Amino acid sequence: MIVANDAPVLDVSDLCVEFDTHGGVVQAVRGVSFSVRPGKTLAIVGESGCGKSVSVQSIMGLTPMPPGRITRGAARLDGVDIVRQKIVNGEDVRGNRIGMIFQDPMSALNPTMRVGDQIAETLQVHRGMSKRDAFARAVEVLALVNIPDADARARQFPFAFSGGMLQRAMIAMAIACEPAVLIADEPTTALDVTIQAQLLELLEGLQRKNGMAIVLITHDLGVVARVADDVAVMYAGEIVESGTVDDVFYRAAHPYTLGLKAAMPSRETSKSVGLMPIEGAPPDLFRPPAGCGYAERCPHAMLVCGPHRPQRVEVDPGHHAMCWLHHEDAPRGTDAVYRGGRA
Amino acid sequence: MSLLVEARGVTKHFPLGRGKTVHAVDDVSLSIAAREIVGLVGESGSGKSTFGKALVGLHDKTAGEVYLEGERLPQRYTAADFRHYAQRMQMIFQDPYSSLNPRMTVGEIVGEGLRLGGGASDAQQRAAVADWLERVGLAAGYAGRYPHELSGGQRQRVGIARALILEPTFVVCDEPISALDVSVQAQIVRLLGELKESLGLTLLFIAHDLSMVRYVSDRMAVMYLGSLVELGGADDVYFRPMHPYTKTLVASNPEPDPRSERERATIPITGEIPSPINIRAGCRFATRCPEVMDICRTVTPELRTVAAGDERHVACHLFESGGLASPAPTALPTEVVDR
Repeated sequence: MIVANDAPVLDVSDLCVEFDTHGGVVQAVRGVSFSVRPGKTLAIVGESGCGKSVSVQSIMGLTPMPPGRITRGAARLDGVDIVRQKIVNGEDVRGNRIGMIFQDPMSALNPTMRVGDQIAETLQVHRGMSKRDAFARAVEVLALVNIPDADARARQFPFAFSGGMLQRAMIAMAIACEPAVLIADEPTTALDVTIQAQLLELLEGLQRKNGMAIVLITHDLGVVARVADDVAVMYAGEIVESGTVDDVFYRAAHPYTLGLKAAMPSRETSKSVGLMPIEGAPPDLFRPPAGCGYAERCPHAMLVCGPHRPQRVEVDPGHHAMCWLHHEDAPRGTDAVYRGGRA
Repeated sequence: MSLLVEARGVTKHFPLGRGKTVHAVDDVSLSIAAREIVGLVGESGSGKSTFGKALVGLHDKTAGEVYLEGERLPQRYTAADFRHYAQRMQMIFQDPYSSLNPRMTVGEIVGEGLRLGGGASDAQQRAAVADWLERVGLAAGYAGRYPHELSGGQRQRVGIARALILEPTFVVCDEPISALDVSVQAQIVRLLGELKESLGLTLLFIAHDLSMVRYVSDRMAVMYLGSLVELGGADDVYFRPMHPYTKTLVASNPEPDPRSERERATIPITGEIPSPINIRAGCRFATRCPEVMDICRTVTPELRTVAAGDERHVACHLFESGGLASPAPTALPTEVVDR
């Protein structure tokens, strides 16, 4: 996936996260690896409960532990494992070298604090700036995210902001310390399409300007197609396919990726073709399946898929799929999944 | 095709006191033919849900009339009206979590309409509930379960069974799939399509997902800030939008196709949907419209038929005088004098 001279800024390898619950232990993330390069956007796609949010939240230290637990794996930011080591060179990397934005800005912002003060707080904590300097910088950052009349807005409370503006204010807070990596967890899911388009453009503009890497968590393949350079598709706590955006959209090699695409209307979908739903539901992660997590719903499932976990196969340079169909002994067919990556 | 539902000038205002009024829906007229699916799109705050609820009587109408098979429906529903019309009109709600009573079993929820309607024995009710649970893809055994035991998709199936057990002719689906995952959305859309065919349903499909609405609907209606701005064949409106707002909406809607997304021009629109309180005359989109003219700020455009075939309606001053788009010069005499 990575060209030698294009080292990843964030490199997550073999991450496993569990939660103790009343019903037993949930294995929410089961061995996830991904990396993102400076100035590039990696989209992590998947449906609710697939572990996409948990994997980034655990890296950011935002999952309560206990009941949560990182049982294995590392997340290296510029080579330093931030899962084990929160303080690098005397600084907390979270909120500083890595920024994060959330789906619901109203619950991420403090309703009793002026917006400018909240942004300034980040700078005071991480940069040791004085309150006055930090506030002045907060106004600058608000202007950077296209909030009109930033000086006056910085003195207002969150309730005076509209949904789209709150989302901008949260982005301002996340980028105030000029992070190397911005993690965006479903940042546009609650927004209307016109506001979503404005925000995605804002994020792209900021990325062009300061070269930060973006990890975008989303379930919307349209958003992925619009902004992502690389894509990782998650299912049942695992990354089942990863590659460039073109690999994943045009040469999809995992049946789940193909299933997702067929379940979603595109420009070409006509009433005569029809949408193809994926029948069934994801597996219970209290008792994760021994083999492939998707086997139960997969139209291509073979005997081997139930009991045996598939290997990660490189179907094309930089394009990986976790599927038995790409094993050298697998049967060959004419279906799209067989063509995936093997053209 | 005969007309099944006709809304004429439906208006819904919510008074806020102190002379303030929320113009949730203003003068919306829409006719729906029997067995047709009309998709209704718009941003949050556009009034699409309020319009849907006004159609089935969940909101009193401030003004305007609704006709169902030629029969004028009451302005304000009484309990008896609801019982009477529930047999013919139903609604499926967006949130499968808050729209089911957590203290009732699935069987009670689905069977409630039959029970209130009277006329069916307990045994008949149970049989109908079991039959409908099967038809929406849940086993009959789910009748004894409670909503909290079900996933979002399963709950939405319960909501569909509850709406359809009385075999209505007209169903308003208010964002029926917005809260669901992509793979489950397709399951519900397919189910609705199958039931529409087998029961001969007529649907108003309210959603903000343009791609899904285009796929599901025969015709598409676009609302902005309480008024209907464009109406036409679903593919026509999506692929050849005419109203500047519809153009913006389509241009903002990302498609799952990286190549076409890379070629897509950036969107000119700025700002957000304005407040619906005490709206003045003029086009409601004028504050954000990239093609705004002076007339737009003072004269409210009416929904007019443009193009041949009587199929396409647009409320925009750009398309007045016979239907040809002639971007009129913005220079009005006053401006000329000023210069």
